[in-house]
Amino acid sequence: MTITFVRGEPLPSMPAPNMDVGPLHWLRREVFSSPMQAIATVAGTYVAYLLISSFIDFAVIRAVWQGNDRAACSNLPYEVGACWPFIWAKLGQLTYGFYPADERWRVNIVFLVALVLLIPLSMPRAPYKLQNAIAFFGVLPIFAFIFLYGGSIITPWLNVASWMFATGSAIALALHLMRLNEQADLQPLRYGTIAIALVLGFALSRTLGMPRLVPAMELALLLGSGAAMLEALQHKRAPRMRWAAYGMLAAAIAWLFAAAASSGFFEQPSLRIVPTSQWGGLFVTLVVATTGIVASLPTGIVLALARRSNAAVLRVTAIAFIEVVRGVPLITVLFFATYMLPLFLEHSPDAMVRVLVGISLFSGAYMAETVRGGLQAIGTGQHEAAAALGLNYGQSTGLIVLPQALRLVIPGIVNSFIGLLKDTTLVSIVAIFDLLGGLRAAFADPNWTAPSTLYTGFAYAGMMYFALCFLISTYSKRLEERLRVDHRN
Amino acid sequence: MTRDTPGRRRETSRTALVNDPKVRRFVLQALLIVVLSFAAYSAVKNAAGNLANQRISSGFGFLDQTAGFGISQALIPWSETMTYGRAYIVGLVNTMLVSVVAILLSTVLGFAVGIARLAPNFIISQLARWYVELVRNLPLLFQILFWYLAILSAMPPPRSALNILGSVFLSQRGLTVPQPVIQPGAATLGLAALAVLGVGVLIVRWSKIRRQRTGFGMSRSVSLGLSAVAVALLGAIYVLAGAPLQLEPPQQGRFNLSGGVTMMPEFAAFAIALTLYSAANIGEIVRAGIQGVGKGQTEAGRSLGLRAGSILRLVTIPQAMRIIIPMMTSMYLNIVKNSSLGVSIGYPELVSVGGTILNNTGQAIEVIAMWMATYLTISIATSLFMNWYNARIALVSR
Repeated sequence: MTITFVRGEPLPSMPAPNMDVGPLHWLRREVFSSPMQAIATVAGTYVAYLLISSFIDFAVIRAVWQGNDRAACSNLPYEVGACWPFIWAKLGQLTYGFYPADERWRVNIVFLVALVLLIPLSMPRAPYKLQNAIAFFGVLPIFAFIFLYGGSIITPWLNVASWMFATGSAIALALHLMRLNEQADLQPLRYGTIAIALVLGFALSRTLGMPRLVPAMELALLLGSGAAMLEALQHKRAPRMRWAAYGMLAAAIAWLFAAAASSGFFEQPSLRIVPTSQWGGLFVTLVVATTGIVASLPTGIVLALARRSNAAVLRVTAIAFIEVVRGVPLITVLFFATYMLPLFLEHSPDAMVRVLVGISLFSGAYMAETVRGGLQAIGTGQHEAAAALGLNYGQSTGLIVLPQALRLVIPGIVNSFIGLLKDTTLVSIVAIFDLLGGLRAAFADPNWTAPSTLYTGFAYAGMMYFALCFLISTYSKRLEERLRVDHRN
Repeated sequence: MTRDTPGRRRETSRTALVNDPKVRRFVLQALLIVVLSFAAYSAVKNAAGNLANQRISSGFGFLDQTAGFGISQALIPWSETMTYGRAYIVGLVNTMLVSVVAILLSTVLGFAVGIARLAPNFIISQLARWYVELVRNLPLLFQILFWYLAILSAMPPPRSALNILGSVFLSQRGLTVPQPVIQPGAATLGLAALAVLGVGVLIVRWSKIRRQRTGFGMSRSVSLGLSAVAVALLGAIYVLAGAPLQLEPPQQGRFNLSGGVTMMPEFAAFAIALTLYSAANIGEIVRAGIQGVGKGQTEAGRSLGLRAGSILRLVTIPQAMRIIIPMMTSMYLNIVKNSSLGVSIGYPELVSVGGTILNNTGQAIEVIAMWMATYLTISIATSLFMNWYNARIALVSR
């Protein structure tokens, strides 16, 4: 039995809904919709007014703007607000620590270069993103270290170059060995490059004497360069004489460099060395944060891939490292780097270097988990499709999986950058003078013991930290919006 | 691709040894083991040499030696004649204390902030938003120092202590709150309270079973009435037992505060900073959890005629909990780990006490290993508990 009801006539049309726009309606809807709401609004407004007005009162209205010592900020007929001359007098210390005053231009130049590289990097439409990123993440740290620490300007670059050559030639050798059975598609040029790279790398790393490689590795390099040279000479399509000439040229260049280096030619020009114990202030905060940020991404990617690898030893090592570092507070990692690392090494590294190692390990472990989240979100189909196309593990990971995974976790990456920036304050506990350490040192100055210097110092440092973190987080939100490819609303 | 190059016979074996994934994997792992064991070997060798040079004996024997330093806050008996091992336990207890206090307070405050951020009231949601923005964008260590140096150290001396709500005093010495005083009749009161609570639980269960069976549970007025009866009953027992549990408010004397419980300024500043910082983060977690529940759920609740508060309590939050719990787990772990920052203002927690031991004895390896083992144990225990809780409330598909 069914009962059907069909209306015989249309419903009368409803009245139009109330216009719900305009400030008055907004007030009624969001602010005074019920008595409870009204009470909450009034109380909230009062609290907000109290906070904002007392801050403005402190920072502007009752503030002292000029003066040379504490007398300016005490002995006034009214209760003094912010003592800005104190910040002005301590600005150098808060920014540079005990970096010699006549060398501070070096810090400024590094700041400037970093800013010049960073602005186009953060602008979505600026061209040459890859080159810019390489310059910021790869070249700038080396430049900054050479410039800030001092010493010879050229030798460290040769040092770096020889390391890069050595690493590059080791990679080239490995690739070469892996492709021995795919001869036909290899071009003779590759052998030539391998040979030149190996000879140069070997010669540079040996003669400059600074980055001494493990003997076994040096031997491998030597053998590899010989093998590559032979291969190049044997190749049908390559005229023997040309490759021999290239080889000789490479050897000659290497010899020239070696001779110049051993004669001390590259020691000039040099900058005055400023030991890291004199570094401090905001500048150290930024150095530590940038190092952590630069180190965290590659470390994190390698760790995340190792954690998902099917090689048991690799996986267990990665899991153990990540879980231990993430399970303990950063401060114990810093204590580990400061007190325990020197015991384990033959020569104790510089205090700043130890802290940077600690920060890098820590940020790498956290980044690994962020990257792992992204990797897990990529279906296995992507790897399988890549394998079906004939790509090997390195190609499918580097060209297909990682780019997608990293785009997914950009908010997470930026969040850990902010976290890292805030965590850098902890280095002040292991006797590195960052902005917070500088602030505490400034409070101790008897010349400025006025009632309000303490609050002024906190206000200044707070504004600095807030500005930095807020800027990054706002940028991250915009980045997330722009890179969103799905159609959520 | 032609393979007519004379002198090469690569066709005979399609896969070279170097291209065999199994061989590669094996070689890679063997290499890793070699590198790791070499690193471990040289680390041990260097450590042995370095320790011998500094005349430090390794091992945990130092834990039985007399410590000889004072600890400003000890929940378990402590004196300078006790051992380093005992000192470490004192630090551990202090760490747990501040962590638990911060976890409890910041959870309550964080939920309030998270819900306030989503409140329909513009002013309230903006206040909550700017609280979160401000607190989350300032380093925790900065906030700890701010509360310690700028607020608590700058408080007036006890003589002119700041009085909050009549019986809570804030001074240079810290935060003084009324002390609970227990008198003989307390046991009776406790038993009575337990009994009333038990009966209440039984009634609630009975009502629930009846509701499931018949569709009619206790009405609102009946349950309110029963609660009132229970409260009145407890009040009567309290009076009859001679008011055995009282709060003794601190008295403001001429030079000092007498009575009450005083939390040392280090603890007070640290707990306040840790709570406010964590609450902002928990607020964001709660907001994300609530927003993760489909809008349709709220609308469905509204169409059933529930009011806003009931929708939040009965529909939204239970579902949001499934999103919130995993994030909350890591937040609680963060609070425990952040409790290590007490070292910056001299609150004697694990790292602070351990650091003193490290400086006194030079046993860096042992102390750092103990820190790491302790924090790892806490981390693993917390995640196990939270995973258990998470599994209990997880969505059950039938």
